[in-house]
Formats: sequence, C-alpha cells, structure tokens
Amino acid sequence: MIDRYKAIERILQHVKADDLVLSTTGMPSREVFMADDRPGNFYMIGSMGLLSSFGLGIALLTPQQRVFVLEGDGSALMSLGTLPLIASEGPANLVHIILDNEAYESTGGQPSISSHVDLADIARSCGYGHVVRVDDIEGLEDALLGVGSHASPQLIMVKAGIAPVEGIPRVSHSPTGIRDRFKSCFRGGN
Amino acid sequence: MDAQAFWNVLKARGLTFFAGVPDSTFTAAYNVMVKDPEIRYIPAVREDVALGIASAAYFAGRLGGVMMQNSGIGNIVNPLTSFSLMYKIPVLLIVGWRGYGGPPNDAPEHWIMGVKSPEIFDLLDVPHEILEADGLESTLDRLLAVMHQRSVPGALLVRAGVIE
Repeated sequence: MIDRYKAIERILQHVKADDLVLSTTGMPSREVFMADDRPGNFYMIGSMGLLSSFGLGIALLTPQQRVFVLEGDGSALMSLGTLPLIASEGPANLVHIILDNEAYESTGGQPSISSHVDLADIARSCGYGHVVRVDDIEGLEDALLGVGSHASPQLIMVKAGIAPVEGIPRVSHSPTGIRDRFKSCFRGGN
Repeated sequence: MDAQAFWNVLKARGLTFFAGVPDSTFTAAYNVMVKDPEIRYIPAVREDVALGIASAAYFAGRLGGVMMQNSGIGNIVNPLTSFSLMYKIPVLLIVGWRGYGGPPNDAPEHWIMGVKSPEIFDLLDVPHEILEADGLESTLDRLLAVMHQRSVPGALLVRAGVIE
C-alpha cells in the first residue's frame, strides 16, 4: 500500500512542463492542487466518472502531449465502459492512473467493490497495451519511468491506503479560471 | 433534408469532431458521416461519455458535437450541470427526438421523454432549437450564436424523418 498523497507527489515529480494532468473530483484534485498547482492541471471538481472520457478526448486532440488521467477506484468503476473505449481508440499519449484505495474516501471512507475486483485485470482484458499494478513506491517509480515508451494507452493501478492528510485545501481557482489556464497549455489543433 | 446537405452545413461551421450513441433518427446522417474522412466520430458507450470526449474540442479552439437519442438526456444531466455549465464549455448536442408529441407516437418507452425533452433543457437553462426540413442554416446559426454568447452547450432537437 502507498499513501495516496505520497503517490500523487511521486507521480507529479515525473510530470514535465509540457504534460497535461487531469484529476478526478474530491480529494485527488485537492491533493494535486496542494502538491503542484500548475496551469496544465485540469481539476475535475464535479462530474464524478467523467474524467476518463474527457481525458480521452483531450489525448486524441493533442497527440504530441502526454496526458495523465488520475482517478480513483470509485470514479473508474462508475465509468467502467470508458476503459474499453480508451483501449479501442488507442491514444499512446494517454497515461491512465487509478489510485485504488478500495473506498470512497472523499465522502467518509465507505468501501467500494474494488477489493473484490482487480481493475488492472479489467484494463488488461479491455485491451490496454501496457498495464502494471504497483503496491509500493519503488514499483510506482519503475512504472513511471516506463511512461511514454509504449505504443498504446497504458494504465498504472496504484494500491493506495486510506490515510487522510489534514488540511488539504479546496481548489481555489474558479472553474473558468481552471478552464482558461488549461486551454493556454493545450497545443493540439486538429 | 438530405443527409449530405446536413453535414455540409455542419462542416462549413467547423463541426467535425463528434462522439455519440446512435439513434435511428440519424441512420441516414450516420451512414454519410462514417464515409466522410473530414469527420472524426468516436462511438461512445454512453451519452455522458460522448459529452466528455466532445467537450475536449473546446480546448483546441473548436466546437465538439454529441449525437444521441433523447432517452440519453438523463445520462447527461450531471455532466451538463457540474461540468459544461460550470466550466462554461460549449458543445452541440444533436438529439434525436423520439416520442415527439407523446402517446400514441413512437414506442411506449419514448412517451414520457418525448414530451419532457424540451422542458428538461429549459429547466437546465440549456438553449435549444427544433430542426425542420428547411432552414437548417438559420436555425443552427441562431443556436450557435446563443451558445457562443453564453459559452454554454446547446441542443438541436431532430424529429424522425427530418434528415433523409
């Protein structure tokens, strides 16, 4: 198990200036905001489950940029049908990371069903070309070093613990502020 | 209206990035679209997924489109309110209007949504227009102007038989 905030910090250390980072609603977006607030981050502060499809559209339209999609097990389960769709469309620049803590931590830690189903297995059977499951920070580091070397979408499933960090602020940017600065970092045209 | 003419009007306004879930209202339009190399269409698994994909076009300075049946309006209420309308990201919803006029038109599963479709868009303050067999350009331009001015999604409601 990896502390989720430490996992997010480590992921963001591998993010380059030109990369786009999309994070799901609830604590993950707040933690990304706290760890490394940057214009190329899109904080999906509402619409649970929508991040992966939005990320797919973004990845298809700016193929020269790496697009990190950071969501939780609850969000991934809510939009499970998007997994085979991403694999089918196949953008190689999409890096899908599921922070799986087997719970809806943002709403009080209620259990999800991901302790009974392996989201990495599901991604593999959906057709993701490269899938890794990591349980410790060294495994995450190795997986992140491999990002960008694959010819199809890749998925990293991070088994994360429930360890709420105190004092995580809400994203302070306005929704249109998040939109506009993200747009300024988007390089794709057609 | 001829399906090719329908696409010509949309393409002339830069609408070439679409995602959707099919509806029989658009069978003719669909068959033309999939043969057109200028149009990118992603076959989404749900209407909210289609909205998420198509909205990405905004960041490329374009307008994305969603093709869907009105039964899927329920699936996009949350993304419309806590994504599209909140971030002010326009997207054109082209909605097949099944069950228009209510019973006895169409099949029973379309009767309630057939009556409620425009009311739901009104409730959410999403601008909408009804496509007739003539006048696509003026109808679409009127809708696009409101969408652009408010930076919000808009819906074009299409009844069976309008696009052939």
